[in-house]
Amino acid sequence: MTDRSVRPALWRVAIVALAVIMAFSLIGCSTPATTSTNTPTATAPVAKTNIVLASTTSTQDSGLFDVLIPAFEKADPQYSVEVIAVGSGEAIKMGENKDADVLLVHSPAAEKAFMAAGFGIERRDVMYNDFVIVGPASDRDGVKGAADLNAVMKALATGKVPFMTRDDKSGTNAKELKLWADASVSPTATANYKDWYLSTGQGMGETLKITSEKQGYTLSDRATFLTNKGGLDLVILREGDKGLLNQYGVIPVKGAAHVEGGIAFMDWITSAEGQTVIGEFGKEKFGQALFTPNYVK
Amino acid sequence: MGIFIDAFRGGLAMLVSGAADVWTIVLVSVQVSGAAVLLALVLGIPIGFMLGTKRFVGRRMMLVIANTGMGLPPVVVGLVVAMLLSRRGPLGSLELLYSRPAMVIAQLVIAVPMVAAVSAAAVSAVPRELRLQARSLGASPLQVAIMTLREARMGLLASVAAGFGSIISEVGAVTMVGGNLAGKTRVMTTAIVQYTRMGDYGAALALAVVLMAMVLAVNILLTRVQQSAERYEQ
Repeated sequence: MTDRSVRPALWRVAIVALAVIMAFSLIGCSTPATTSTNTPTATAPVAKTNIVLASTTSTQDSGLFDVLIPAFEKADPQYSVEVIAVGSGEAIKMGENKDADVLLVHSPAAEKAFMAAGFGIERRDVMYNDFVIVGPASDRDGVKGAADLNAVMKALATGKVPFMTRDDKSGTNAKELKLWADASVSPTATANYKDWYLSTGQGMGETLKITSEKQGYTLSDRATFLTNKGGLDLVILREGDKGLLNQYGVIPVKGAAHVEGGIAFMDWITSAEGQTVIGEFGKEKFGQALFTPNYVK
Repeated sequence: MGIFIDAFRGGLAMLVSGAADVWTIVLVSVQVSGAAVLLALVLGIPIGFMLGTKRFVGRRMMLVIANTGMGLPPVVVGLVVAMLLSRRGPLGSLELLYSRPAMVIAQLVIAVPMVAAVSAAAVSAVPRELRLQARSLGASPLQVAIMTLREARMGLLASVAAGFGSIISEVGAVTMVGGNLAGKTRVMTTAIVQYTRMGDYGAALALAVVLMAMVLAVNILLTRVQQSAERYEQ
């Protein structure tokens, strides 16, 4: 008897719970849609030219565009910018296909080839961010005092202290491999590499956490390290070496849909105002800038 | 379908050629999950026996906990174990995080409630009269317990299979406390995640096949043992 009176109540609870879950999932779905449509309509009583900026996911993840794009749209109100964040290679491909009006990327060699093939109008240096070598404050391999990067890599390869490699074919991983190659060191060729050259196969945040627990060394981009620093027992041991820099360039695409828009973006980002916005970004949140503007006329 | 065929070919070639990395990963999986399930039996069966046979205050509560434990989200286990073992955590001085022992601990926490709950059910299915009779015939409590466990052996085997199958297939907790370090704490599940992310479907699929084969083998073995036991009892 009680069974019958209890069951409908249970059902009602279940249905209400389900409805709540569905409602939340709908809210979750609709939020990004509204924010993305808001930007052009809310601030634009007159028709705007929408220019497409192709850039990289790491730049997007740093949060720079959240500051940079609104500042540009304020300075040049006739334009609105749509950022497509993809891998460096794909961004350049978008330029070749004229799917983007302007590129902001960080692979100098590929940019040079892009210009040489006549796809771009002009290329300007914009800024750089950098990688840092982090490790325990004890620094038993003497990374901090080493003469140059090659000496650093040779010291790390002595294998006294673990070095974490992401080993995931990411941009940071590629940079690390280049550092070893430049120093003519092959970590996996050392006799005991399995004891010190540890492959995490994971992202930067997780790799930093493992490095901290093992009190080892790793290569990180500065932004990710600063974001995670609070939970880590690691310090920056090497920064500012030329080999650790990551140069960004801006290129308006020849024959794209909105050539003037692309040029306007390049002019603004290399102007005193644009360079200041870049140089200030991150200071408030991290106490130091994440990018260094370096356009030279 | 081309993607599956290509990946399968690549993966198969990897397994057959005996790529050392792949078999190391399989070996680490078996070692870690095997150790965890053995320890889980040592801890879980006595708990299950108590829950299944004794009447005591708080028994119902413990049963609920054991049954909840069967659905304990592994990521929560991973989180708590990682926090405990972290250098900044209460057990940080042991320096265990991102090592095999840490993985065994996490898997043990996941498996114990499972083993306890399944073995409690198995033990309570043994007729109470049987135990009383044995007792009245002069058996010691230990002898009664051994007899009961022997009667419930099929259920206990099921708990082994359930425990092993779930922890060797688990990925969240082992990533968090193991760290997926190649040659050290990289197991089949974490390697599958990594290879998939890197677009190396062949290696991922090869490991997936080994993992499935292993879980399947455990269950086939279990089914056969159960069937032969049934025949014997008839």
